[in-house]
Amino acid sequence: MRLDILAALNAERAARRPVLLVTDPEGGEQRLVRGAEIDADPLADRLRERLARGASGLVAGPDGRPVFVAVHVPPLRLVAVGAVHITQALAPMAAGLGLDLTVIDPRTAFATPERFPNVRLVAEWPDAALETLGLDAYTALLALTHDPKIDDPALIAALRAECLYVGALGSRKTHEHRVERLRAAGFDAAAIARIHAPIGLPIGARSPAEIALAILAQVVATLRQDRNAARTEG
Amino acid sequence: MLSTEDDILRAAEGWRREGRAVALATVIETWGSAPRPVGSHLLIDADGRFLGSVSGGCVEGEVITEALDVIGDGRARTLEFGVADETAWRAGLSCGGRIRVLVERID
Repeated sequence: MRLDILAALNAERAARRPVLLVTDPEGGEQRLVRGAEIDADPLADRLRERLARGASGLVAGPDGRPVFVAVHVPPLRLVAVGAVHITQALAPMAAGLGLDLTVIDPRTAFATPERFPNVRLVAEWPDAALETLGLDAYTALLALTHDPKIDDPALIAALRAECLYVGALGSRKTHEHRVERLRAAGFDAAAIARIHAPIGLPIGARSPAEIALAILAQVVATLRQDRNAARTEG
Repeated sequence: MLSTEDDILRAAEGWRREGRAVALATVIETWGSAPRPVGSHLLIDADGRFLGSVSGGCVEGEVITEALDVIGDGRARTLEFGVADETAWRAGLSCGGRIRVLVERID
């Protein structure tokens, strides 16, 4: 691989843009195809399909010989709204999983560096903070404050941005009220159904750390199983 | 992130910019219960230092040996590994899967 191609590949990934590297395993020739350049590529259909599944692999090249397509989708970013006890337990687990975590909470008593050492903290209202952050399809959003004034704007932004994963803490009763508010805000049933609530896999979690584990397990399941399902269907 | 491959490609660029001779191994095809998914990387320098993995540690030794040849002549090659055969000298996968690995030099 040429160093300039490797550098361009790393630059695209650092900018959170999807990119594919096409390699001829025999001759070693390579080209980089940025997300925006796929339509102009001779292998456009196959590259699009690979990108959608996030699956690297061999595809038939123009002359029928296989070429290797390495798919690089942006790494999953985790945004937790609510600098609460569960989030404190979740931060080191997320780091262990290699998830890039940002914690947002306008309540400055909660969002302190003492409570969240080495975590990116934004002590602003979610509307403003998420606007700056820029949600995308490679982001998981967790609404954890129990306070509709803070959680609702974050959930609305996440649904609009079609985030990979959207989860909200709270009982079924709390969620029923939330559903009513989101319906009033113009979201249909399908959109609202994208919210995982109560948040987390049902493992009987009780402590903040156990709830954090249940949440992260559900995020990983969404990332890995949804793609596997797409792979089986595709 | 859930994908340490990112760090390996960044390291590959870093190692090369430091002036080290570097080869990158990539899993390009798997059959059966292969230990590491397609796209996994192993980074090797001319002194045999390495980062990442293409298997559970079963075939890394042989990939590193081949990588040193790739660093030497600059010719990319693909290697195939199957089930471990205890009577053979070749490295193999104890899991019963098969993998194909592309090894290329970073120029």
